[in-house]
Amino acid sequence: MTIDPDSPVLDVADLRVAFGGTDVVRGVSLRISPGECVAIVGESGSGKSVTARALLGLAGSNARTSSGRLRVRGRELGSAGEREWQRVRARDVGLILQDALVSLDPLRPVGREIEDPLRLHERMPPAARRARVLELLHHVGMPDPDLAARQRSGELSGGLRQRALIAAAIALDPPLLIADEPTTALDVSVQARILALLARFTANGTGLLLISHDLAVVQELADRILVLRDGTVIEEGTAAEVLGAPRTAYTRALIAAVPSGRPRGVPLSVIDRPPGVAASVPHATAPAWPDLGNDRPLLELDHVTKAFEVAGGRFTAVDDVSLSVHRGETLGLVGESGSGKTTVARLALALTKPDSGDVVLDGIEWSRLREAERRPMRQRIGAIYQDALSSFDPRWNVGRILADAMSSVERGAPAPGVAALLEQVGLAASVANRRPLTLSGGQRQRVAIARALAASPDVLICDEPVSALDVTIQAQILDLLDELQRSRGLACLFISHDLGVVQHMADRVAVMQGGRIVETGAAEQVFGHPVHSYTAQLVADSPRLVH
Amino acid sequence: MTRGSPADPRGQRRGRTIRHAGLLVAGAVFVMWAVATLTFFAIRLIPGDPAQAILGGPGSQASQEALDQVRRDYGLDQPLIVQYLAMLGRLLTGDLGTSYALKVPVADLLGAQLGGTLLLALLSLVLAWILALGLSLWSTGRGRIATAVGEGIELTAAALPHFWLAAVLIAIFSSGLGWLPPVATGTAAGLVLPVVTLAVPLAGFLAQVMRESLLDAMQQPFVVSAQARGESTTGVRLRHTVRHAALPGISLSGWALGWLLSGAVVVETIFAMPGLGRTLLQAVTLRDIPVVTGVVLLISLVYVLMTVLTDVSSRIADPRLRQEANR
Repeated sequence: MTIDPDSPVLDVADLRVAFGGTDVVRGVSLRISPGECVAIVGESGSGKSVTARALLGLAGSNARTSSGRLRVRGRELGSAGEREWQRVRARDVGLILQDALVSLDPLRPVGREIEDPLRLHERMPPAARRARVLELLHHVGMPDPDLAARQRSGELSGGLRQRALIAAAIALDPPLLIADEPTTALDVSVQARILALLARFTANGTGLLLISHDLAVVQELADRILVLRDGTVIEEGTAAEVLGAPRTAYTRALIAAVPSGRPRGVPLSVIDRPPGVAASVPHATAPAWPDLGNDRPLLELDHVTKAFEVAGGRFTAVDDVSLSVHRGETLGLVGESGSGKTTVARLALALTKPDSGDVVLDGIEWSRLREAERRPMRQRIGAIYQDALSSFDPRWNVGRILADAMSSVERGAPAPGVAALLEQVGLAASVANRRPLTLSGGQRQRVAIARALAASPDVLICDEPVSALDVTIQAQILDLLDELQRSRGLACLFISHDLGVVQHMADRVAVMQGGRIVETGAAEQVFGHPVHSYTAQLVADSPRLVH
Repeated sequence: MTRGSPADPRGQRRGRTIRHAGLLVAGAVFVMWAVATLTFFAIRLIPGDPAQAILGGPGSQASQEALDQVRRDYGLDQPLIVQYLAMLGRLLTGDLGTSYALKVPVADLLGAQLGGTLLLALLSLVLAWILALGLSLWSTGRGRIATAVGEGIELTAAALPHFWLAAVLIAIFSSGLGWLPPVATGTAAGLVLPVVTLAVPLAGFLAQVMRESLLDAMQQPFVVSAQARGESTTGVRLRHTVRHAALPGISLSGWALGWLLSGAVVVETIFAMPGLGRTLLQAVTLRDIPVVTGVVLLISLVYVLMTVLTDVSSRIADPRLRQEANR
């Protein structure tokens, strides 16, 4: 490339995108120099992804895009037609989307997907193209390029899929890469490797536009940060400026909402608190440690093992796991996907029968009971899942969902407790008349919490309760959970892949790997001085926001 | 993780494929046996004396001696279970019996008719696929008007009854324009109207299914990544979304062929085409039990074969199905 190293690879001024008369992006300007990483952060709906796609002319057929200037490698594309855009894509700008399972065609071999840009842009004989595909797969660190090229996205793990997607984006060595939440669906160790890969590209002079909601990820890579809110850049500066000395209240709130490294009991949410929610007061005293000596645990798993039949053998999802949760205590369970966390949750809820071992709920071996005997006890244990929406009957309104969960309320009768319950989770009483589909993600999770608490349980199982939420909403939900858990003295099993969240929420932590608990102890102990090598690796791979 | 990893995944996969094929064959044999049995007993429920039918029907005034003679010759005086076992035995040796009415072996009769009907059904299936793919590709994702037009055509086509469509086509293209013959002439021109009659309603139905999966595929993120690699709109359709749209069509094709064969009864009658459908209709009217049994068995066999074929082609078209079997 004969390009002035100082001239930007991307130069955008006053980019605007509207869908059906509604402005989604309102005048975004940004420049990216070779080798520079610029990050756009913001919550969902802030216009991040639309901005990214508009830079490739892919905002959608129903989008109206305009810009004062839209130059890629000095070439003005503001009025480019579809043909011209097709030549720009992949050659000048590579796009990496999140979640490669759906971003790669599940019916085509990965190699063919990577070959596409070579076939479309280069006059290259098929044999040379295939050789280049293997070279690219090797370049992105695919363990067995030859095999991977023949596999389809469904046959690869999340991390390898993401590598394949990156290989397709860099096939023509474009001077600008746009990565839209490139690590969002990945485990921390995989995320660390993908981020290292992206860092290598910028070190070699590729410009990178990183779209992310995760400030810790952004901090690892970005030279400059743009904070986007409602389609407008409200703050802009070097990474150190924006994260170290934020000028706007919104940026400060975003930073404050990151749970990692913040002690238990310190509220995370400082803005957009819905009316009616009392601000959580930081607990001056140390977390109330239950007296383990004479207190019987409310929930106990005693040497529990569960295996599933799979083609070609048995897969032991949970292997000799023992754990206990006391009244007023939160036990955090961390581990990567496939480590058996969710099976533990299902075992604790007696939805899955253990092969061996016992699940004991308040002294009763409830995994051994018949379901009919178990049913009256079910109201003593509540559960909150990641995807609240799919756990609601979409035809029921919120009031009916909650009334149904309140055992004391007569069927069909107006439920006096619903309003009180909604108030406790920070929702207006009028929400009772709405259906789950019309609620926002944060509101849905509040309803899920209200439902879990409707029958006044003693034990609460939270399985990735905040994983689908924006960081500021996550902060509000975590604060709410923390407050309710303390005020009601709940025994809480808190399951998450996010070490930062668990560290903030848990008194004690258990680390799961391959169905086994490899380390357990007080939260500060486990995260501060991990003993097991796996825990140490997890802690090292977790991006932390350095204040 | 203690996942039992197979030492030889390729060998394991082959083993599974063989097991899968074995299950398919066993299922097919069971279906054929069940059809033969059901037909055998169901036909006994039809009022009327088979011996009468053999001697030319109730109007033939056959003598009691002739009837007794026929009953002995055809084994109709034996207990039902003996007749049933005798039939199974004959079927196992491939003997379908002799037509009561025409006095020729059923196998020869059907052999002569099968080709024409299969050709009709297969041509209709191919035409239906072309029409359905063309219509759904043309009308999906190209704005509200195209969608409305496409949906309207599909709905109308799927609702058309064969006899009505045949009559309208004859009225326009034979009586009106005089382009095509109103009855099958054994030439290519004579096949056009019967094939179109069978294909259009099926195309409407297939297009509805294909449009839905096409629309679904077009909203997937992999379309955006394909476009981001520089693929044109046409390229995205040809290399990505069409395959996704075709998947449900493939699964439905086994069912569709059976549906076409039943439609053939009507269409062959209307266009006076020789074929299985017309043979079946005549055999039922004449109570020609061996022919009815033969046609029913043959159509079941075609159905079974088509289902196996559909299963295999679905696995070829959708690698995820092969993977699921491996899990």
